[in-house]
Amino acid sequence: MIGQRPNEMRTAARRVRGLGAARSGTKDFWHQRVTSVAGIPLTIALIVIVIALLGRSHAAVVQILGSPLVAIIMLLFILNTAYHMWIGMQEIILDYLHDDKFKFLSLLANTFFCIAVGLASAFAILKISFGV
Amino acid sequence: MAELKAEPTAGGRPRPISPHLQIYRPMLTMVMSIVHRITGAALYFGTLLLAWWLISAASGPNAYANVEWFMDTLVGRVVLFGYTWSLLHHTLGGIRHLIWDTLHGLEPADREMLTVATLVGSIALTVVVWVIGYLAMGGPR
Repeated sequence: MIGQRPNEMRTAARRVRGLGAARSGTKDFWHQRVTSVAGIPLTIALIVIVIALLGRSHAAVVQILGSPLVAIIMLLFILNTAYHMWIGMQEIILDYLHDDKFKFLSLLANTFFCIAVGLASAFAILKISFGV
Repeated sequence: MAELKAEPTAGGRPRPISPHLQIYRPMLTMVMSIVHRITGAALYFGTLLLAWWLISAASGPNAYANVEWFMDTLVGRVVLFGYTWSLLHHTLGGIRHLIWDTLHGLEPADREMLTVATLVGSIALTVVVWVIGYLAMGGPR
């Protein structure tokens, strides 16, 4: 067939319509593992930080959250988590939603949600840290 | 499921459909796999709590007082307890999956043991974290 590469099982029309495997599934799989490994120490650190801040005054909380080490750990946690949950929710959406419009809108909402939550949290940490 | 309707082939016979979850007896590993997903989805929305807490702290004492007030209510405590357990369960479940990724612990007895350890461990750790949390605050309020 004209325009078809050797060893290409799909027809030119199928390729143009974007049907078939996206050929990028292993990237998400691997990145989910990388962020999960990073998440283990970061989650432990988050729990320690939150316990250390329990019951403290706002001034003390801001003081501790804004200290470089704590702020950096919090930033790493939130950015790592935002990416990890973006992949995870995308996987859930692709597994369970089959209506094209609903699926597309959900994937879009997932991206917006993760970026918004990640950026808002990161901004808050930076503002606290630079404000100290 | 994508297409449960079996399309007839050229010969008129319906295409075979692979069996899915509903025909299997629930097993612990299967249930815990689903729980891993559910806790992941719960944590997804739970990050809103973390974001709210951080943004309030950045906004000032009044906004922060609102978060403190909410976390002191029964609903706030339950939500926070659920978040703690989900976080620990998802973390331990993630470690279990990472072990399985290395092809270790896949024998029947091993995978059951790992799965039970995830459940028992997450509940025990949640209690430990909350006890330490209350001790850090100087007792329940």
